[in-house]
Order: sequence, then C-alpha cells, then structure tokens
Amino acid sequence: MAVESATIKSNGHEPSYLEYKGKHTGLLGWILSTDHKRIGILYLVSLSIFFLVGVTFGVLMRLELIAPGRTIMDAQTYNSIFTLHGVIMIFLFVVPGLPAVFGNFVLPLLIGAKDVAFPRINLMSWYMYVIGGLLAIVAILLPGGPADTGWTFYIPYSVRTNTNVMFALFAAFILGFSSILTGLNFVTTVHRLRAPGMTWFKMPLSVWSLYSTAWVQVLATPIIGITLLLVAVERWLGVGIFDPALGGDPVLYQHLFWIYSHPAVYIMILPAMGVVSEIIPVFARRTIFGYKFIAFSSIAIALFGSLVWAHHMFTVGMSDTGQFVFSLLTMLVAIPSAIKVFNWVATLYKGSIELATPMLFVLAFIFLFTIGGLTGVMQGILTVDIQVHDTSFIVAHFHYVMFGGTGFGFFAALHYWFPKMFGRMYNRKLAKVAFWFLFVGFNVLYFPMFIMGWLGMPRRYYDYLPEFQPYHFVSTVGSWILVAGLLMMIYNLYHSVKKGQVVTEKNPWGGETLEWQIDTPPIHENFTDIPKIDSDPYQYKMNDDVLEKEEVS
Amino acid sequence: MSSTEHTAETHVHRDDIGSRMGMWLFLFTELILFGGMFLIYSVYRFEYPEAFHLAAKELNTIMGAFNTAVLLTSSMTMALSIVAIQRNQKILSIWLQMITIFLALFFLVNKYFEWTAKFHHGIYPGSEELLSKGSGEILFFGLYYVMTGLHGIHVIVGMVLIGVMTRMTRKDIITKDSYVRLENAGLYWHLVDIIWIFLFPLFYLIT
Repeated sequence: MAVESATIKSNGHEPSYLEYKGKHTGLLGWILSTDHKRIGILYLVSLSIFFLVGVTFGVLMRLELIAPGRTIMDAQTYNSIFTLHGVIMIFLFVVPGLPAVFGNFVLPLLIGAKDVAFPRINLMSWYMYVIGGLLAIVAILLPGGPADTGWTFYIPYSVRTNTNVMFALFAAFILGFSSILTGLNFVTTVHRLRAPGMTWFKMPLSVWSLYSTAWVQVLATPIIGITLLLVAVERWLGVGIFDPALGGDPVLYQHLFWIYSHPAVYIMILPAMGVVSEIIPVFARRTIFGYKFIAFSSIAIALFGSLVWAHHMFTVGMSDTGQFVFSLLTMLVAIPSAIKVFNWVATLYKGSIELATPMLFVLAFIFLFTIGGLTGVMQGILTVDIQVHDTSFIVAHFHYVMFGGTGFGFFAALHYWFPKMFGRMYNRKLAKVAFWFLFVGFNVLYFPMFIMGWLGMPRRYYDYLPEFQPYHFVSTVGSWILVAGLLMMIYNLYHSVKKGQVVTEKNPWGGETLEWQIDTPPIHENFTDIPKIDSDPYQYKMNDDVLEKEEVS
Repeated sequence: MSSTEHTAETHVHRDDIGSRMGMWLFLFTELILFGGMFLIYSVYRFEYPEAFHLAAKELNTIMGAFNTAVLLTSSMTMALSIVAIQRNQKILSIWLQMITIFLALFFLVNKYFEWTAKFHHGIYPGSEELLSKGSGEILFFGLYYVMTGLHGIHVIVGMVLIGVMTRMTRKDIITKDSYVRLENAGLYWHLVDIIWIFLFPLFYLIT
C-alpha cells in the first residue's frame, strides 16, 4: 500500500472532485454541478437533514407513548406526527437513501464510467427531491396543520380530513418523479456505460442490486404517482374516483397504493443488500460466495416483490383464491432473500474477518434483517396475519427490515465509502462505540413492540391499556439509547469531514472493486483512462490459500 | 451532455442509443401511469356496465372520431419531419413540425368545445346534475374528465417539446447527423397519440 500511495502523489496533479473548479465556484459549483459525485454529496446533506427531522418526530412519538393518556401532546398532534414521521422517513430517507446517495456516488465508479448516462437529469432529480421535501415540511407550518392520515393516505379519510393532505400528496408525487428519474438514469447507465470488458457477470454485486432497484423504481413508481394524483383531484375538484360516497371503491385505492408501496420496500432494501455483498468480501478477505446466486436473487426479489402487494390487505376483504396466491407469493420472496443471507454467511466462513465499523454494521444488518425477514414470513401466513394485522408487531417487523436493514446498510455504506468520498477518516473508535449504542438502542426500542403487538397493542394508537406500559417504557428508553448512538455517529462523521485524519492512499480497506483503484478523493471525471476489465470483481489471493488448506484437511 | 471544456482532454459524451433507451424507459413509466387509470376504468366498467353504457351515449362520437383523425395525422407529420431531417431537408422538417403543433392545438380547441358543451349541460365534477345520477355515471364522467384531462396536459407538454425541437432545428442543433432529440420528441408524440387511440373507444364507442 505504501507503494501505491507513492504513485498517487507522482501522478496526483489533477484536483479532486472536491477541489475541482468548473464554470461555477463556491456553493453554485455544487448546486449546479452535474458531477455524479457532487450530486451524491448534495443528496447526502439534504437527506441527512430530512432524516434528522424524521428522527425527531419518531422520538417525540415514543416520548408520548411512555405512559398511557396524554403525556406531551394531544391526539391530533400525535396523528400528524406519525404521519410526518412515515412520509419523511419513507419518501425522503429510505426510498432515495442508498440509490440517490451511494448509487450516485459509486455506481459510475464501480462500472468504470466518467459519469451517469444523463448527468443533467440527475441534477434535476435532486432539485425535485428538495422541492418535494420542502413541500412536506412547509405543510407543517401552514394553517390546517400537517396531514393526519398516516403515510398510506387511505380513502375515504384522506379526502375528508381538513388537514394539509394536498401538500403531502404533491410532495410524494414529486418525490416519486425524482425517484423515477434516478431509476431511469441508472438503468441506462448500467446498460451503456460499463467499462470495456465488464460483462454482466463481471459487475460488482452492488451494481446488480442498484440495477434491479432501478427497474422497480421505473416500473412501480408511476402507479403511486397516478394514484396520489387522483386522490388530490378527488379532494380538490370532487371528482368521483375512490370515494364510496360517489360510488368509488376504497379497496381499489388500497390495491393501487400497495402495488407501488410494496415493491417500494424492495427499492429500499435491495441497495442495502448490495452494500452488504460489497463490504463482506472486503472485510472477510474472501471472494464472495455464490456470485451468480446473489446477482440473480436481486432480480428474483425485484420480480416476486412486485407481485405480493395484497398481503397488506388480508383483512379488508378479498377472495380466498386471492388470499392464497398472495400468501404463497409472499413466502416465496423469502427464498431469494435467504439465498443472499446464506451466501453472505458462507463468504464469512473461514474468512479472515476484520471487525471494522462498516463490517460491524453489515453483521448487524444480517442479524436484524433475518429477524425482520422471518417475522415477515410469519405475517405472510394468513391466520397469523389476522392476529397481528395493525398491531405494533407490524411496526416492529417493518423497522427491523427498514431501519435494521436499510438504515444499518446505509450507515455501513457511509462508513465504508467515507474515506473515498472525503479523503478523510473518521475516528474509528468512536464509530464503534456509536455502533454499539445504535445496535443496542435499536433492539431495546423495537423488540418490545413484537411482544406487545403479539399481545394486542394496536399500531398508531395514541392511548393504550395500562398492561402495555412496561413494554412502552422499555421501548422509549431504547429510543434514547438509539438517539445517543446517532448523535455520536453524526458528530464523528461531521467532524471528520473537516478535521479527520487525511487519507491519500487509494485503497484504505483493501477492496477489489474499481473505486479503490482511483485517487482518493476521486478526480473530476473519475478515471484518466477508462479501465479495461478482464477479471471478476472479487478476487482475493488469500482465498486460494484458504481453499487449499480446506482441501488438505 | 457533460460540460467538460475545462479538463485537459475534452470529451463530448454522445450516446444516441443511450438517449433513446432513456426515452423508452420514460415512455414505459408514462404507459404505467395511464395503465393505472385504465385499470381503474376497467374495474368500474365491470362494476357498472349499464351505467357506463348509458353515460357514453352522452359523448359526441363524431367529435371524438374527428379528433382521433387529427391526432393520427399529427403523428404522421411528426414521423415525416424526422424523415425530412434525415434527408437533410431542414425547411421541410420545420414545416412538418409546425404542422404537428398546429394539429395538436386544433385537437385541444376541439376538446375545449367538447368539455364546455358538457359543462353547459351541467355535467362536471361535483355538479348537482351529475350528483343526481347514479354512481356508475358519476364515476364514468369523473374518469372521462380526469383521463382526457391528463391526456390533454400531455398534448400541451408535447406541443412545447416539439416547439423546442423546431427552434433547435432552426438553429442547426438538430441536423442530419444528430437528430436523436427530434426522434425522442417523436416517440413522445406517438405515445400521446396511442393513449388517445385507447381513450377514444373506451369512452366514445362503448354505446
């Protein structure tokens, strides 16, 4: 590695993308830049702000629930707060999170391209993201108050309530459009801009998962777009579409809503799975086990995941055949997910595991995602679902998958690519402490929800019976531990962007993919010469030794 | 695409296949967007077949058919404008694009008269006249306004888009060797056309 860093200095005459001066400088140089790396950072900053807003609402919600009855807010405020928490976290953090931040930053690097296929559309999607986000936030301040429908906007309440539902609807619509543009861009990028020699099966695995995600973004998002638009039109002009008073069918709305919103959870989780597949080989020093299985399981998840939406609606009335088919398909999704988990574990087996922070987050991902995934299969069983539907069991499952999965995957990616992004290293010790706070806090916060949900605690309720109080109390305490961990992590990273230890070596982790073969931080157009690819993305020399030893024994 | 005049080796990224691919992906999303509405239409049609039958009688089939012809012709002129630029006939291409825009405008004017005629009969969302009818008819006209309205918005977007293309052709940005933008605008315009071809029978011809 010492040799490598010496070579950088000798040819390091091109400024990095952080110092690069284009047509515009200063702030304009960022917000008008079409450089995928800068857009990735723009997303990171804006996304973090919305994430913190979402966290704040979550913490307030937990605080209210620490004791039965009124604690810090009235019921109406509580309804608005869980709606905002959902809308912000889903549409502004988890859906765009990994693709928009890390997809933007690393996808072109991973495939050996200078940028994405449509750099200007890429920038436009960021603007739409910001506009959508601001619309969601502005609604809080306007008279009428923020929406109180839950993030699902179920009809007929969403056409009857007097709160600012319109803002939330338009916010989600615009954010959907932004997501479509990102997806469209990535599909084209992967098809058109892979470096010469990089065949489909030489692509790094996170490219596979970003690619599958991008297809789901393109194919599923328009449905939610039109559906929310119709709700808006119904509210605004009184056109009869879903409202039962005008002959409409609210269950049809639910179907259309979930046709997008279920695949959306795969938009959220797939890129995180890609990150896991990327990080595990690096820190286990082993070639990924079952490359093709992981690659195809991403496609399989995208495919099956698009056909299971009605499992959100087992209790609203559906034919027996419908219930049977959706229940079966739901359980089938578990297969490709399990294939991934087994392959990851097999990669770890006999690896030389280094428990660096990204790896810790990845291991936590596997643990938490397995709990979330298996409880998901439970809910796919019709009889169990009737019992746990609309209880905090669902909330726990969802958070185990979305926060324990995607959230921890996001943090893993952040800690993994941080040195490449900023050319600085965070305080590794503090990062590990923060990780343990996050991990412990997370479980203390969400695990009691499984238990009380099973015992019958409904979700979204402002008040509850006294027998649930111990669980709520533990859960709220967990939220404090979690927030402490978050604050530590954010402080550490924020501080390190400016003052962290400088990293100049190209490959601080010993990764094998292309982004570790270019300067840290990368130059404006990533590669001076587009690399030619003639080998698989993960090739660890250690691997052969390990296998040989295995054969001998 | 990317502005790279400042780096040492200036490269202009041009990928016509990529651009076309992006456009097709975008058109997929448009199809799915309208697909959601067609789905809603078919569900309600199934639920209220008679009401839909009766309500469709109120629409003016002749006007609808006329508009279909107008839009189909505009699709042809659009296709011809691309052929013209491929043959390096710039002026002809500009004329054909302008005729396309004119036909689109004609379509919208027609649509305007159709809508206002309905308004005069008291049939518009939330009107007393409409609310006094059965659920099926309320839904039919709700869908009629929303679907043709959304289609109309697409027509307007298409006009603006083709207008920009005309300007680009005039300024020689779109030329014999580089016409992928015009082609993409053409694809968009054909999509607008195709959606109308489905809307027309679903609303006007089911009587």
